[in-house]
Amino acid sequence: MTTATVTVPTAMHKSEQRSDSHQQGQVKMSTRGVKVFYGDSQALHGIDLDIVENEVIAFIGPSGCGKSTFLRCLNRMNDTIPGCRVEGDVTLDGNDIYAPSLDVVLLRAQVGIVFQKPNPFPKSIYENIAYGPRLHGLASRRAELDEVVERSLRRAGLWDEVKDRLDQPGTSLSGGQQQRLCIARTIAISPEVILMDEPCSALDPIATAKIEQLIDELSASYTIAMVTHNMQQAARVAHKTAFFHMGDMVEVGDTDKIFTNPEDQRTHDYITGRFG
Amino acid sequence: MNTITQASRGERLAIIERSLASRHRQEKRFRRLGLAAVVTGMVLVLILFASILMRGLPAFWQATFYLDIHFDSDIVNVSERPIQQEGESNADFRERDFTWQSEVGRVNWQQLIDNALAEALGEEIEPQQTRDLRALVTSAERRTLRDRFIEDQSLLGETHTIKLLASANVDVWIKGNINRDLPDSQQQLSAQTREWADHLYEEGVITNAFSTALFLNTDSRSSLASAGLAGAFMGSLFMMLIVMLLSIPIGVASAIYLEEFAPKNRLTDLIEININNLAAVPSIVFGLLGAAIFIGYLRLPLSAPLVGGLVLTLMTLPTIIIATRAALRSIPNSIRQAALGMGASKVQTVFHHVLPLALPGILTGSILGVAQALGETAPLLLIGMNAFVSNIPATPFDQASALPVQIYLWQGNELRNFFEARTSAAIIVLLALMLSLNALAIWLRKKLETRW
Repeated sequence: MTTATVTVPTAMHKSEQRSDSHQQGQVKMSTRGVKVFYGDSQALHGIDLDIVENEVIAFIGPSGCGKSTFLRCLNRMNDTIPGCRVEGDVTLDGNDIYAPSLDVVLLRAQVGIVFQKPNPFPKSIYENIAYGPRLHGLASRRAELDEVVERSLRRAGLWDEVKDRLDQPGTSLSGGQQQRLCIARTIAISPEVILMDEPCSALDPIATAKIEQLIDELSASYTIAMVTHNMQQAARVAHKTAFFHMGDMVEVGDTDKIFTNPEDQRTHDYITGRFG
Repeated sequence: MNTITQASRGERLAIIERSLASRHRQEKRFRRLGLAAVVTGMVLVLILFASILMRGLPAFWQATFYLDIHFDSDIVNVSERPIQQEGESNADFRERDFTWQSEVGRVNWQQLIDNALAEALGEEIEPQQTRDLRALVTSAERRTLRDRFIEDQSLLGETHTIKLLASANVDVWIKGNINRDLPDSQQQLSAQTREWADHLYEEGVITNAFSTALFLNTDSRSSLASAGLAGAFMGSLFMMLIVMLLSIPIGVASAIYLEEFAPKNRLTDLIEININNLAAVPSIVFGLLGAAIFIGYLRLPLSAPLVGGLVLTLMTLPTIIIATRAALRSIPNSIRQAALGMGASKVQTVFHHVLPLALPGILTGSILGVAQALGETAPLLLIGMNAFVSNIPATPFDQASALPVQIYLWQGNELRNFFEARTSAAIIVLLALMLSLNALAIWLRKKLETRW
């Protein structure tokens, strides 16, 4: 598969001819009227968004606009927050992920997540990667696990740095390495979508550049949705950008268009630094 | 108006400097107070330990006779020990053997001791002096001779040096725990007995030997010198086993459920408040509860370590639940998020990640809870564990006492100048057990601790 430089704007018509093969421009995840409540306060007011396969979509917006909340709806991490309630439809390959029959474990094996603060398990580097495949029974024999660990670390660009100390704790790595370890851990279970919640906000510029390069490479095989506070980052790595404001999605479109010729005044004000 | 902001640079600095001096004084005062508090605490603990050790350690050595006992065949005049005949059933043989043992029991073993004492003293003992003579060796030692003979009948007709405990009063006299200048009317022993005791001590027949009785015997009321901790120790051991087996699994499981799985609502809030309150309930209340439920309603045996263990389990549960919840709460949420995000189920998240990380804290809390239960006395008094028990319990269903209860009972014994030391010795044993439990807790925590 080649790099996904071509992005097709919401290709709804193509979802009709969905096949099992990876097809460029096919809608991977889709949300309709997603509302989220924390107790009595409403955090999202009905979000309609399509995420196309093999594209990188960035969610930008001022603090508290609901972009992280929306991201967590996509693999039901909001379930773990007491008092949080989600309304509306979220589908993965056309299947409702909030359906009662759906097993959330299966969903999270398909939609992985990388958090803002690197959170490797306080175990060895090897065990951090091997945990997921072993958990889901994707690899059980040592040789298989070794292979998965090496492949995942290579894809995350971490292999050369850690190959001689796989038995050392994951927490002994630097912040940037830890975050790449978390990404490697996520791709070890071969998800279809990777969610990233401000993956670089705790990192220095060099580590950030490495992660951004990694995201670009990964977009060849994965669909990636990321939340970022950094507009330059969105402009650098995202094919599409969605602007959130006060619980609404104001605008979504090709990154170039959002940053050069936004349709909504609020988007314009935000990207030019009037507020945020 | 001359506010600080308008003051010149020099004035501003002068004002800050003035306040600086008082701030430093405050800091120094607070440090001194803290140091004084720590030092006071340390001194008090030192005094406590020193006084217990000084009183208790001498009790580990006890006035002991090394007497040449002649197993006189005229006195030990019993038939041969029965041998199991061919075709005889085990029950029949046991019955014949028991009859023989009763016969051995009726032998006048005291006479052997009297004779040996007379021999050692090199005196002819007048009949009216028998009473004074018998005050030397503690009364239970007759049975020691009987048991030696039942074990080995070849002793008959021979003379052997046998270790016999002196009576409690002789021990007190020899160690100088009673004023030697008191008039006869206020002495525990007659003048004759005291003279003999001194004589035998000089001769080396009586020595201060390490007291195995303290560890191997049960409590005794008729023969105070041979009172020991074995029964209470076993009772405490059984109770601790029951407490560990019940309270740790139940407590840890409840805490995991409440902390990780239970929905946060009115009911769980109520449960949490009640658990916290239970931890503050006086222990004697648990004794009342145990007496009502386990003995009154369930008809479990009185004075049994089983009931004691159950009562102490009730008492320990809140402590363990609170400690475990605190340990679980200290695990950062990012670990749970990471595991859930990988597609681990809730149970897998808890058992693969949260619990292993919380284990040091859980173990420490649990062991400290168990150690607390080990030292608990009040609830045991209410379920009859202060009864006098002269057997070492073989199962948790047998009657038994417990170490802290034994301390309490000895503390109240009338023979103060003997039991004061004995009580402190028992306290040393209890403290040693507790300190080893605490050391175990620290060791486990150090060993299992994960670097973040």
